[in-house]
Amino acid sequence: MSGTLSFFIQNWDEVIRLAQQHVYIVAIAVIIAILTGVPTGIWITFHPTAARVVLYLAGIMMTIPSIALFGVMIPVLSIIGHGIGIVPAIIALVLYSQLPIIRNTYAAIKNVDPSIIDAGLGMGMTRAQVLLKVQVPMALSVIFAGVRVAVVMSIGIGAIAAYIGAGGLGHFIFMGITQSYDAMINAGAISVAVMAIVADYIFRIIENRMVSRGLRAR
Amino acid sequence: MMIELEHVTKIYPEAPSPAVSDVSLTIPAGEICVLIGSSGCGKTSLMRMINRLIDVTSGSIRIGGKNVMEMDVIELRRSIGYVIQQIGLFPHMTVFDNIATVPKLLGWDKKRTRDRVDELLELVNLDPDTFRPRYPRELSGGQAQRIGVARAMAANPPVMLMDEPFGAIDPINREELQDEFLRIQEKLKKTIVFVTHDINEAIKMGQKIALLQEGRLVQYGTPEDLLSKPRNEFVKSFVGTDRALKRLNLLKVEDAMMTTPVHCCLDDRSEMVLEYMLCNDLQFLLVTDPADRLQGYVNLYDLRGHQGIVGDMVRPMTLTVTPKQNLKEALSKMLAYDLGIVVATDEEGILKGILNSRTLISVVGVTYDERGGHWGNITALGRIQEAMGSGLDS
Repeated sequence: MSGTLSFFIQNWDEVIRLAQQHVYIVAIAVIIAILTGVPTGIWITFHPTAARVVLYLAGIMMTIPSIALFGVMIPVLSIIGHGIGIVPAIIALVLYSQLPIIRNTYAAIKNVDPSIIDAGLGMGMTRAQVLLKVQVPMALSVIFAGVRVAVVMSIGIGAIAAYIGAGGLGHFIFMGITQSYDAMINAGAISVAVMAIVADYIFRIIENRMVSRGLRAR
Repeated sequence: MMIELEHVTKIYPEAPSPAVSDVSLTIPAGEICVLIGSSGCGKTSLMRMINRLIDVTSGSIRIGGKNVMEMDVIELRRSIGYVIQQIGLFPHMTVFDNIATVPKLLGWDKKRTRDRVDELLELVNLDPDTFRPRYPRELSGGQAQRIGVARAMAANPPVMLMDEPFGAIDPINREELQDEFLRIQEKLKKTIVFVTHDINEAIKMGQKIALLQEGRLVQYGTPEDLLSKPRNEFVKSFVGTDRALKRLNLLKVEDAMMTTPVHCCLDDRSEMVLEYMLCNDLQFLLVTDPADRLQGYVNLYDLRGHQGIVGDMVRPMTLTVTPKQNLKEALSKMLAYDLGIVVATDEEGILKGILNSRTLISVVGVTYDERGGHWGNITALGRIQEAMGSGLDS
């Protein structure tokens, strides 16, 4: 353990650099995943058939091992010159994030009490107003839970992206394994874990700020 | 605004029979029309066609002369108050924001919205400063539905649709909400379509009742009509075998009381009153002060051999009714004395009239005849005077 500590002290600049890379990859991926997943989740609440297909596909995505997914993407993305590096890493994380985000958005929007929607429509809200002023605010906390899962998971899977040269804290882990350098492996693993915990905590705070007090449990 | 339904029919594609079938009725402006029937009779569908939450299959609906199908649906709904049984308050919004929903949709400025919300909270008997910032989860059922009603009235719509608004509220609070709502309606005179399955609520709330069965309008009329002239066996069984007793709820004391009861004054001589009572075969006599305020009564037994004024012998009578109360309340108070009468006074205690047991029994008895439940021609007044003739009439 003292080895790990001294590794941190001696390589602090490198730790910070890789952590920044890691955050960068995960942040870009999660932002894209939210921008695609939330609208998709909302959209499929209006289309039951699409809902079944989309949730099925997103579920299948989750079963593909990340290493395999990176491998599959190399020849495909090589066509545009991005077979390895940051681009396939982000794409993979976006794909993995879809299931928790879409599924939670879909379930939360669907679960809004129909009588509340009826009241909104009956008072003369448009369908869009009911969605944006009633359903989404009410679903926010469950959507956030999905995003949180996506973030934590992306931080973990992001470590593997170092394997295809995307950088990030996974770099320590892979280097450590090839060099049989335990302190390096530990440093990478601990950093990833700490990052996941911190990210989860930050999202909880954001969630508390954004979700209405009226929806919190007594 | 008057609401006119003409040959309104609603057919759902998969359903074997129409949900609403050729219903025509006119709801006069400023009245409460109750749609009633057992579940699945089409009452809610009918109501929801008025604000186009459901589209009519055929027929037309006009509000204030304008066909709803030709109006912008969003504008139409914003001009109609809407209250539902589940209340449907937005849980993520404060009471203020809930009530301000339609004013905000209509783009009212902040001050006008704020003033209106406070005005409405006061109207529904909730303190604005306490309740404005609360969330729906911090309200009791009764409070929540008060907010629901306030929210529906926010933009002062001339028409309101209420779908079993008090159905999920416990009986005691329900009575209170009904009374409160009637008091508000007295002032605001909105045209209201009120859906319920509770005949007692219908009789209490409605100026008109429309009874539906399997999508068809069976009878449309005043509560009085339905109770006294049920059109067929279905109506009769729906209003209940105790419909005679229900009439007691419907009639006011002032409709049935005798308005000029004999009485004596506090400072009349006992001997004279006694003689008067003996001559007229009266067991007791009401006593008032010179300003006609009820003081109580004297009975024959007390006055025998008494020297002085009746004021010395007067027995108090505290259980009285007002002319605005209904006959059911009068009956329960009558049972408190063994005089067989109940006395009506106004707020200042001035003697207004009396009701006797025969009056009440005649109301119940005549209604309860088996030839189709006719009242006969009771103007209640005529009947009562006849019944009173042998009693106190001088």
